[in-house]
Amino acid sequence: MVLGGFLAYPIYQLGLISVFHYTQAQVSGGEPTTFEGFGNYSALFSDGQFWEVLLATVVFAAACVVSTLAVGCALAVLLTRVRAVPRLALMLAALGAWATPAITGSTVWLFLFDADFGPVNRVLGLGDHSWTYGRFSAFFLVLLEVVWCSFPFVMVTVYAGIRAVPAEVLEAAALDGASQWRIWRSVLAPMLRPILVVVTIQSVIWDFKVFTQIYVMTGGGGIAGQNLVLNVYAYQKAFASSQYSLGAAIGVVMLLILLAVTLVYLRLLRRQGEEL
Amino acid sequence: MKLSVRMVAVAAVLATAACAPQTSGNSSSDKDEKTGTLRVWLFQEVNNKPKEEVVDSVLAEFETAHEGTDVTVEYIPVETRAQRIKAAFNDPKSAPDLVEYGNTDTAGYVKDGGLADVTEEFAAWDEAKDTDPTARQSVTVGGKIYGVPYFVGVRALYYRTDVFEELGLDVPKTQAELISTAKEIRAAKPELYGIAVGGAYTYGAMPFIWAHGGELATGTGGSYAAAIDSAAARKGIEAYTSLFGDDNCPAAKCAAMTGNDTITAFAAGKAAMAIGGDFSHAAVEAGKVKGAYAVVPLPGLKPGSIAPAFAGGNNLGVLRSTTHRTLAVDLMKRLASKKAQGELFEAMGFLPTFSDVRQQVAAKEAFVKPFVETLAADTKFVPASPAWAQIDAGQVLPTMFQEVVSGKKDVATASADAAKKMNDAFGSVG
Repeated sequence: MVLGGFLAYPIYQLGLISVFHYTQAQVSGGEPTTFEGFGNYSALFSDGQFWEVLLATVVFAAACVVSTLAVGCALAVLLTRVRAVPRLALMLAALGAWATPAITGSTVWLFLFDADFGPVNRVLGLGDHSWTYGRFSAFFLVLLEVVWCSFPFVMVTVYAGIRAVPAEVLEAAALDGASQWRIWRSVLAPMLRPILVVVTIQSVIWDFKVFTQIYVMTGGGGIAGQNLVLNVYAYQKAFASSQYSLGAAIGVVMLLILLAVTLVYLRLLRRQGEEL
Repeated sequence: MKLSVRMVAVAAVLATAACAPQTSGNSSSDKDEKTGTLRVWLFQEVNNKPKEEVVDSVLAEFETAHEGTDVTVEYIPVETRAQRIKAAFNDPKSAPDLVEYGNTDTAGYVKDGGLADVTEEFAAWDEAKDTDPTARQSVTVGGKIYGVPYFVGVRALYYRTDVFEELGLDVPKTQAELISTAKEIRAAKPELYGIAVGGAYTYGAMPFIWAHGGELATGTGGSYAAAIDSAAARKGIEAYTSLFGDDNCPAAKCAAMTGNDTITAFAAGKAAMAIGGDFSHAAVEAGKVKGAYAVVPLPGLKPGSIAPAFAGGNNLGVLRSTTHRTLAVDLMKRLASKKAQGELFEAMGFLPTFSDVRQQVAAKEAFVKPFVETLAADTKFVPASPAWAQIDAGQVLPTMFQEVVSGKKDVATASADAAKKMNDAFGSVG
């Protein structure tokens, strides 16, 4: 009941605000609040920029999820194959990345790729190439940071899962002459399915809601807003322009999309005959 | 579980659509305590130390004059001022009593119901009679006064005397000369920007639009219509955006720059010219180029003319929610007094809002001359509409300039899109 209250009340408020005309003047009591019905939603859906940002968010989040899972799983397998000392070193490095606050990580990555002072340009001999100017290179830079700060979760979780797999199974597969990839594909992945489901859903939710990295690294959405994602767009509408009701409507749309993605994903898994 | 949450949420929204979301009880407070802590928010400037010293000396006097009071000052970053001040309006309990705010925000903050009406106190203030009329205008909304002017600001052209001498260049007398001189310098010295410009530097770009006879918006009596897509305004946008490119200020770097960034570049010796305010003087003096630069009014189209400048500046205002109204008003008057403004000018180069004090300092300090000249020529203001806060915060004009300089849209399309966004904003505030 308490849990329900904690979950439902903020969502209820979000939904409520999204059907009113609710800007700064209403919040601070300068003007009365008026009921708008679905006016905010129709304004949102008729805004071309919203669809553009939605598409960019979906593609960007998908790229982040795939990259994070690939890097995390590969390193988890690697962890099981190396000796104690390098394993400890890799673990510590990953935990360091994980523990770094997003805003610090973003600032450091931005500095590494800085046009004038960044070491990356110096090492690669790129002169004063600006990584944040082009749309794709800016997204790519943010993707690197997102993967960097979220792969440790995948790696640690999957590593724990692999350790729980009986050693005999892996030994038998190795004796049968299976390659590393083959072992992953046919033995580990099916056995780790519940863990992989959890980390995938986690990553989808995280990466769809990415905010700090985009906000810090592209200066609030990039040149002429080319690197906006939904969360930053909602922030722009809700706080920078103080159209709270429009921001709330974006929030509700995001919530529905994420719930839909999660439900579809779970349904697909069920249909394949696997119980979670 | 997840499904049920959604159902509950949807059901709840539908069931209770008739009741309104919360609004803050930000009515004017009836309390007027004579002791306790006053909280003040001032802006964090590029080189803030001298400002802090001036403020500290005023506070010391204030705390001596009012026993049992304590003042805490917080310097807030200019970039996030909008969020901070709105948060203060929403939550009167953690709000400051006195804030510094940009004079373009006055109309918006008044509509939000955040600022206290101090018309009576202002009229009773003996120093107020010398406040210059444009500064007084910037605290006035609907005939009532919502604060006191803290300083006025106007921009002019900073240029490097050593670079101009070395290349044998004359100081540009027209806008066309300005553009060609910038490109000449860049060609001769590729390590410098000819003139540092920024895609997010709206107030540096406006003189170009105004010089061509364009306007941001036209209208009177609170209702405005965007004019940024008029033929004259477009010529100005074209002139300004022609400065972005490898032949002056590469778009890859300059598109994202703000006004502060261009001044930082100039102060660090990376630009031969920049459009800077009188308020940038201290930051430039603290940089590498100290002693090797001069300032002239930004040229207009005809030789010898001055491009209309944006009459900026900041005000101080008491929040409606303050529980120390009398004290806060007194502190406001002390911070913006003739004496404190004179000291602030000496520390930061911020121009006083009192005509007589301004004349005194102009006689003492030669560097003020181009700015006072610019103020004496045509100055302009942004639309005095609450929608301006929304247009400004929504980055409408920076987006337009960035779209043009990055080649995403041509001037006609970008300015038409910006005009549409501006009209939406004007429409939404009624």
